Amino acid sequence: MQALVIAAHGSHLNPDASDPTYAHADTIRETGAFDEVREAFWKEEPHFREVIRTLESDEVFVVPLFISEGYFTEQVIPRELRLEEWDPDRWESDGTSASQATLEAEDVGKTIHYCGPVGTHDAMTDVIVQRAETATENPDVGEGFGLSVVGHGTDRNENSAKAIKYHSDRIAERDRFDEVKALFMDEEPEVDDVTDYFESDDIVVVPLFIADGYHTQEDIPEDMGLTEDYRLGWDVPADVDGHRIWYTGAVGTEDLLADVLLERAADAGADIGDAREAVRELAASVAGTGADSGPERGSGRGGLDA
Amino acid sequence: MTVAADDLEALLDRASSGVALDGLRIDETDDGYNLEAGENRWPGLDEAALGRALESSDEYVTNWRYWQETVGGEGTARRAFLRWCERAPLADAEDQADAEATVDAPLGVPERYDALRDGIDREWGQLSITARFVDIDNPDGERVYDLWHVDDADSDLADLEVYDEPRDAREIATHDDDGRYRPLKTAPTLPAGWAFTGLSGDDLVDAVGFFYPATIANWHRERQGALDVDHWLETAERQTGIYDVIDELPREAVEWMTEACCVDSQCLRRREWEYEEGDDLDADGGDGPFPCREPCSLVIAAARKWAILESEEERTYELELTTSELNQLEELIDAVAEGRVDEIREADVNDGANRYRARYLRAKRFGEEGLEATKVDD
Repeated sequence: MQALVIAAHGSHLNPDASDPTYAHADTIRETGAFDEVREAFWKEEPHFREVIRTLESDEVFVVPLFISEGYFTEQVIPRELRLEEWDPDRWESDGTSASQATLEAEDVGKTIHYCGPVGTHDAMTDVIVQRAETATENPDVGEGFGLSVVGHGTDRNENSAKAIKYHSDRIAERDRFDEVKALFMDEEPEVDDVTDYFESDDIVVVPLFIADGYHTQEDIPEDMGLTEDYRLGWDVPADVDGHRIWYTGAVGTEDLLADVLLERAADAGADIGDAREAVRELAASVAGTGADSGPERGSGRGGLDA
Repeated sequence: MTVAADDLEALLDRASSGVALDGLRIDETDDGYNLEAGENRWPGLDEAALGRALESSDEYVTNWRYWQETVGGEGTARRAFLRWCERAPLADAEDQADAEATVDAPLGVPERYDALRDGIDREWGQLSITARFVDIDNPDGERVYDLWHVDDADSDLADLEVYDEPRDAREIATHDDDGRYRPLKTAPTLPAGWAFTGLSGDDLVDAVGFFYPATIANWHRERQGALDVDHWLETAERQTGIYDVIDELPREAVEWMTEACCVDSQCLRRREWEYEEGDDLDADGGDGPFPCREPCSLVIAAARKWAILESEEERTYELELTTSELNQLEELIDAVAEGRVDEIREADVNDGANRYRARYLRAKRFGEEGLEATKVDD
C-alpha cells in the first residue's frame, strides 16, 4: 500500500486557506493512484505531528504544498513528521532542485519519501502558464501579452525569490509571451510598478502563492492599482496606466496543481499509473470552459497567519 | 438467515491455516477439522461434515466473513474502531481491563447479532454512530453505519440534511452554528442537523477522521498502551522561529493556559500531556474518549502570546470605581470567558455584562486614553 500526504500550512483564522489542499487531494483521490490520500497541516488538523499514524500504508509520499524550499520544508515539516535522520543536505538542492529523500518516521516505523515542494517542480511552470490561459480564457494566450510571475520575496530567505525567478526564466525560454518578468511584494523589482516593466498592452499577472488570502486578494490587487479598495473587487482585465492587467489570484488554486503533486510523488518512486493523464484531462476540460476564472469580488479579509 | 456458498468456500479455504475469531474456531488436525462455534464443539469433522456444521452456525460464519473479508486490516486502528462501534471484543482488551470495565462490556456474536438488527449506538465526542445490518430481516453479516450529531439522536431523518460522501464532513465541521470558523476540530461546537446514512466501515472511519482528525489513531495507540505523549516542556523546547519563545512561559502560566484551553467545555480531547514527565498540571484533563497527546497548534499559538505578555513586569495602578463597578468588571470578563455575551438580553440591565451597562461604564470611566488609571509604583 502507498499513501500520499499533502503537507500544507492551513490557518487558524481563515478557512479558505486549506481549500486548495482539499481540492487537489480530492482530485488525486478520484484517480485512485494511492490507497490513501491525506491532508496535513501546520495550523489545522490533522497536524503534521499526527498524520503519519493515521495511515495504514507502509510507503508514504509526503509532498509539501509550499512554494519554496525554506524554513517550512527544511525544518518544520521534517521535524514535526519525526524524520530523525533528516538533513537539508539530503535534498542536494541549490534552492530550486530538491527532489526527494527517503527516511523513516520514528514514531510509526514507516518509510517516508519526503519530496521537494510543489512550487519548485518543473511542472509548476505549466501550471503558471495554464493560469494565464484561465485568466484570459484563451488557451492560446501569448502573442501580444506580457506575463508576470509574482512572489512574496523576503530578505529572510533567499530561496523564496529563487522559485519565482526559476519559473519566469523557464517561461521566457519558451518564447510564448512577448515579455516575462518576475516581480515581488517585499523586494525589488516590486509588483506595485508592474506597468513600468512591460511594453505589452496586455499583462497577465500570476501570483505564485498556494492559497488565496490577504496577499493575493487584498494587497496585490491594491498595490497594482487594479482597485482602490479590494472590497470593491476589480475587473479582469483592469485598465492600469494604459495597460490591461489580467489578474485572478493564487496559482495554487489552479486545477493542474494536482498534477504537480502527482509528479513529485512519482519522481520519488510512487506508482501512479495513468493518474497524471486523468488529472491533465480534467484540468484541460476545466480550463476550456473558463471555469474558476474571474476574481472573487468583495471576499473578506483572509491570509495565512504566521 | 442462511450461509452463502461463497462464505463457506472462503472459510474452508482458510480452515487449513486455522480460523479463530469471536468464538469461531477451526483447527485442522490429523483426525480432521475441530470446530468451535460459541458453546458448541464438533471434533474430527471431514470437509463435508464441517460444511454442514458451519451451516448450523451461520451467525458465526457471516460474522467471520464480515470481519476477515470485508473489514480486514488485522491490528489496524480502523478495524479496532469498527469493532468498538458494535461492542465486539477488542484484541487488546486484556491490557485495558480497567478501562473496559467503565464502558459497555463487549458482546458475543449472538447478542451482537440481536443488537445489530436494532442498531448499536456509540458516542464519539459529539458524534453518534449506529452500527446495523444492511439487511435487517435477513442479515448476511454485512454492516453499515449511520452517523449524526448526538443532539440529533431523536430527530427524524427527514428533518436532517442527509449525506453519503465522507468528505462532506469537512464542510459540516468548518463553521459553528453562528457561522464562525472552527479552527479546533474537537471544539464542542459541531453544528447539528445532518446525517450520514448507510456508510461502509471504511467510509465511516474516513468521515470520523474528517470530523475529528487522528482521534481514532491515538485512541487505538492508547488502548495498546502505546500512546506517545509529548509533555508541555518537550513540545515547547522543540519549537523554532516565532514560537521559539514559548518554553519561557512560567510553570504557573502553563497551569492557567490548560485551565483556559484544555477543559471539556473548550475541547473534547482528554489532555494526557502534563508540564513534564512526573510533574502534573492541576487542571483536569477532561473526560473525552480520545486522548490529546501533545499541545495542539492553537495552544502553541496562544502560548506565544502569553509568553510575550508574561514577560511584562507587574505594576500597581490606582483607579476610581464603585464596588458595583468592580464587580461589573468581573462579570464582563466572566461573560466573555464563558462565551455568554450573545445570551445576555438587550434590556437585562441587571447583568453586569449587558451591553448598555458596559457602554455606560465606558462613558463614565474611560477618558481619551481608555480606562483612567494611574501607575502608583514609579
